[in-house]
Amino acid sequence: MNTDLHIILLAIPLLPLFGAVLAGLFGRQIGRAGAHWITILAVAGSLLLSLYVFKLIVFDAMPAINTSIYTWAVTGGLKFEIGFLIDSLTVVMMTVVTFVSLMVHIYTIGYMHDDPGYQRFFSYIALFTFAMLMLVMSNNFLQLFFGWEAVGLVSYLLIGFWFKKESAIFANLKAFLVNRVGDFGFLLGIAAIVVSFGSLDYAEVFAVAPTAVDQTISVFPGVEWALLTFVCICLFIGAMGKSAQAPLHVWLPDSMEGPTPISALIHAATMVTAGIFMVARMSPLFELSEVALSFVLVIGAITALFMGLIGLVQNDIKRVIAYSTLSQLGYMTVALGASAYSAAIFHLMTHAFFKALLFLGAGSVIIALHHRQDMREMGGLRRVLPITFVTAWLGSLALMGVPLFSGFYSKDIIIEAVHLANRPGAGFAYWCVLLGVVVTAMYSLRLLFLTFHGEPRMEQSVREHAHEPGWVVTVPLILLAIPSVFIGYFSIEPMLFGGFFGDAIHVAAGNDVLAEIGSHFHGPLAMAVHALVTPVFWLVVLGSALAVAIWFWKPQLAVWCRQRFSPLVHVLDRKYWFDEIYQAMFARGSARLGNGLWRYGDIAVIDNLMVNGSATLVGWCAGLLRYLQSGYLYHYAFAMIVGLIMIIFTYIILA
Amino acid sequence: MSLTLAHFLALGGILFSLSVAGIFLNRKNIIILLMAIELMLLAVNMNFVAFSRFHGHLEGQVFVFFILTVAAAEAAIGLAILMVLFRNRNSINVEDMDELKG
Repeated sequence: MNTDLHIILLAIPLLPLFGAVLAGLFGRQIGRAGAHWITILAVAGSLLLSLYVFKLIVFDAMPAINTSIYTWAVTGGLKFEIGFLIDSLTVVMMTVVTFVSLMVHIYTIGYMHDDPGYQRFFSYIALFTFAMLMLVMSNNFLQLFFGWEAVGLVSYLLIGFWFKKESAIFANLKAFLVNRVGDFGFLLGIAAIVVSFGSLDYAEVFAVAPTAVDQTISVFPGVEWALLTFVCICLFIGAMGKSAQAPLHVWLPDSMEGPTPISALIHAATMVTAGIFMVARMSPLFELSEVALSFVLVIGAITALFMGLIGLVQNDIKRVIAYSTLSQLGYMTVALGASAYSAAIFHLMTHAFFKALLFLGAGSVIIALHHRQDMREMGGLRRVLPITFVTAWLGSLALMGVPLFSGFYSKDIIIEAVHLANRPGAGFAYWCVLLGVVVTAMYSLRLLFLTFHGEPRMEQSVREHAHEPGWVVTVPLILLAIPSVFIGYFSIEPMLFGGFFGDAIHVAAGNDVLAEIGSHFHGPLAMAVHALVTPVFWLVVLGSALAVAIWFWKPQLAVWCRQRFSPLVHVLDRKYWFDEIYQAMFARGSARLGNGLWRYGDIAVIDNLMVNGSATLVGWCAGLLRYLQSGYLYHYAFAMIVGLIMIIFTYIILA
Repeated sequence: MSLTLAHFLALGGILFSLSVAGIFLNRKNIIILLMAIELMLLAVNMNFVAFSRFHGHLEGQVFVFFILTVAAAEAAIGLAILMVLFRNRNSINVEDMDELKG
């Protein structure tokens, strides 16, 4: 391994870290401009180096690099290392992460223009880029976990970026706690791997995993579970937390309390896809457990459909996109469950572009309206914000899966893959993702109609001041719109059917649904034409028609629908009562548990019984003993004499 | 019946016991306490003299001289302290002397 490449690989994550440290610790010295220049140049450097590595791996067909840079500790034969595994899967993630991150960095100059925490914000997002790169480039579970927790930390810091806002503090605490639940599972999975395979290194674990197919693990005494199923489900619980799959999804909509650039970067394009990436990376393990894959499939299907439905009734522009993100993450998870890992990563990539675009577009609207986010107070913005309007349309068309747009290719392949998958739950998942297509089209168009079309509903003063933000906002929109439209068309064939991922993703022989799809694949154009006779396309048309009818053509129809289906709307409005149930059961339950422990454990047992109790006991004994202390000299003298006599007697007796 | 060492030792023991009893049983007067201490020393002297006589060594009698001297000094100091005590507290009653009680 040549050292030049080592230095390049090290520089990719360390450049943003360097920028983060400078902007964070010396923000006052380098000033606002200094902070954004340093972090943007650092991330741009990472992007260029990532592209270079991408070129090496993809175009120069260099074999995958698996190298350990530094050994942190060795204990009992277990090595804790920092190392990089660079293969086609990694380079895709690296490129997507650094590209979206760079766009968001530039955009932030415009979005956070007047914010007093300007340098802090740049420091955080650069730190996030570092953590995410460490996560995707890792070659072992320890570093994966480090990156996993580090992105969680930055997410926490950024959701609560406006720390004087009550709701932001609540949201970041919620995100952190819900992620702890997932991380607990993740940690259990890693622990089970260490216990069973004695290694943290991906390659070593993957090499021995197939021999452990029949092994069982006794988690509770007397209960035997298949080892690999247990490991995979635990790891997937981690992914459910990070990638916001039902029922651990509750933190993602609330994370919209943070500034919009991070909603785009962290809570749509990159961090939340870490779970998807992780499962794809672990494909050699997941392929060995049918049960775990079925579990993944069903969870993803539930998320894909039911979270999309909530998006239909939300009024906050960012929350609509947040629920859309949940739903799309569900699609990716479904793809994982159907063993179509490449399709999941493909959708991850296209989604990263168009969802970042949509979020940044929403942010552009929010800037123009002076931080108003309620869609009921928008409307008619297409003339005021032409660039945002066009790019948001492009992003939405990609999201809906209109043929030729990038989302079409990734989503269609996923649906097709689920259709061909024949593991338990695949039938249910197929119907979920099909209906999800209708829902996706509806909420996407609803957002566009309410925001950009119709009559302006905002106050007169706001409307007069609304104008397109500067180039730092529009340029990232345009740059993101380009891949949102085209990347699917150009990359579907090499990425899914060209053996692009090679050994990076392992699919068992009987499960390879993508190969089956590939045998009918005749190029992206043919696929788009063929779409006209598939149900998916007509479901998009159906959803679009409904949306046009309800929110564009006859707005009074929306009111009528709300009344007609009021129980259903109510259920969606309350988000299936997940928040209420968690609040009552876990939040209040743990508050009550804590209160009980405080009252009975701390005050009663520790304070009163142990601490004050021992003091009282000593006092009580002393109270008894003090009767012996009469204060009369002759009593003491008598005691001395008696003592002396007793000593003499014992001496005599013993002698 | 001739006097033996045992008789003198018994006399010394009786005198010692009397003085101990005097210390413990006396509740009234500190002077009596001092006297009892003197008696205790004399009991010891008696033993020394008896041993000296019966063993034919003079060292015991030398010790008696030392003890008597120290006892005299002690009595003088003790009475002086007693005077000061009486001036301060207007009492030499043993019952009142319970300052050691916590």
